[in-house]
Amino acid sequence: MRTGIPEPPSHEITPEPVYLRRREFITNTARMLGTAVAVGAGMTWLLHAAPAPDVPDPAPLPTLVSTPVARPTFTVPEDPQTAFQSVTTYNNFYEFGVDKDSPARDAHSLVTRPWTIEVGGEVAQPRTIDIEDLLQWFPFEERVYRMRCVEAWSMVIPWLGFPLADLITRLEPTGNARFVEFTTLLDPEQMPGQRDRILKWPYTEGLRLDEAMHPLTLMAVGLYGRTLPNQNGAPVRLVVPWKYGFKGVKSIVKINLTVEQPHTSWRLANPREYGFYANVNPAVDHPRWSQATERRIGEIGRRPTLLFNGYAEQVADLYAGMDLRADF
Amino acid sequence: MPIASGPRPKRAPTPDAWLKPGLFLGALVPLASIALRAVSGSLTANPIAEVENELGLAALIFLIASLACTPARRVFGWTWPPRIRRELGLFAFAYASLHVSVYGVLDQTLDVQAMFDDVVKRPFITVGFGALLLLVPLAITSTRASIRRLGFVRWQRLHRLAYVAGILAVIHFIWRVKLDVSQPLTYAVALGVLLLVRVLSWIASDRNRSGLSRRQKGRIVPA
Repeated sequence: MRTGIPEPPSHEITPEPVYLRRREFITNTARMLGTAVAVGAGMTWLLHAAPAPDVPDPAPLPTLVSTPVARPTFTVPEDPQTAFQSVTTYNNFYEFGVDKDSPARDAHSLVTRPWTIEVGGEVAQPRTIDIEDLLQWFPFEERVYRMRCVEAWSMVIPWLGFPLADLITRLEPTGNARFVEFTTLLDPEQMPGQRDRILKWPYTEGLRLDEAMHPLTLMAVGLYGRTLPNQNGAPVRLVVPWKYGFKGVKSIVKINLTVEQPHTSWRLANPREYGFYANVNPAVDHPRWSQATERRIGEIGRRPTLLFNGYAEQVADLYAGMDLRADF
Repeated sequence: MPIASGPRPKRAPTPDAWLKPGLFLGALVPLASIALRAVSGSLTANPIAEVENELGLAALIFLIASLACTPARRVFGWTWPPRIRRELGLFAFAYASLHVSVYGVLDQTLDVQAMFDDVVKRPFITVGFGALLLLVPLAITSTRASIRRLGFVRWQRLHRLAYVAGILAVIHFIWRVKLDVSQPLTYAVALGVLLLVRVLSWIASDRNRSGLSRRQKGRIVPA
């Protein structure tokens, strides 16, 4: 019957065998795609490579001081500063999980006000300091420091804070004090990572008193001119630029001046791999990897690691006569 | 139907023709995911380490998956896993090669001395490098022609090196983790279970040597 509807040319007509196998073709295509999706999704899940749940840009926080007192002698002018985004989303803060992005994602559960710091041990008078008082005691300075992680990556961070020496002087240590011990908050409700006993909680770190009194040693309360984000150790943390990053104990609730060397968390976890001093030293390797070079976050390739992280001129005297291989 | 020419026996139509293309597409997803995130700049603040880690883990997963094929047939009676075993093994080799390439080019910027020192002095890199070296002959002899040339028994013996590569790769993974070894241990356990299944079935087939075992009656698949 002629309908007037144009018919496709005969060479476009699907050959009968193919026509008869169309169901098979459709089924096989569907199965192939199903396999692809299953394998792809399975791999993505196993690799944790799913697009990271949005790590929000840290909200602009109130600037602590309008004109930080800069001490140019401590800055590192030749090194570009690491992006704020990287400094605040790539963190080792196991209290919030072992992945680098977990602190930025999960540290919102940390409540930093009210906050007190308990001071005890070899001081004239044990006391509890309110963070609001502490923030009034000293003028803040901007210090641009290299930060070298024991994992062989590094950053350059403009911290805001005050010298630890100023605080210790004010606490009036007794003549017996030889070490300073710092303790992080212990609260698995706020710090869910503490439910995993990967380290001995609470996180504890320490310095020899002369290291603590060194003018480079900083109590940081901010970075990039802003209040310290939770994932970076709010409200107050230690920064010791010539030592590996794990010495920089975060979210401090206790400062203890002691006679004996404190038991520090990483050293307790593995004394063969992590020493008390943890001075950055390209010649003393981690037992499982080289410390000779480092990856600066944001750069391709590697940079040579510098003795005492480039602060040898300022701090080498502290270790005169010591065997840095034995006291690593 | 095309007529088979020559003495070659007529091959039955490939069962599950969709399986290999599907696997192939799916196995490229980790690579595509890395490429997409590289373009959008969302590979964390340390993209080189992130890419190294993901490529290395993908290689380990494919290697373990390839080692799971024969046990899966023995235990569950499935016939499809052995048919994609070669592809899984080759993907393991491909991802391992990419893993090492990123290490060599982007991480060490082709500093041969530094890489040599790493392989010699760092145990975790030594074993990782060993795992890759073991995969090279396996990838080269992954063709049907190689099975014919080597003879099946010798070929099979050679390809048991895949287990050694798997063990080295898992040790490489455990040793490079700073503290929390739960993830690498998961893979170590998976590998251990597969080895155990293999050992148990060796023992069983030794006992059954007199009679025809199920394995011999079934489709002959390189074990």
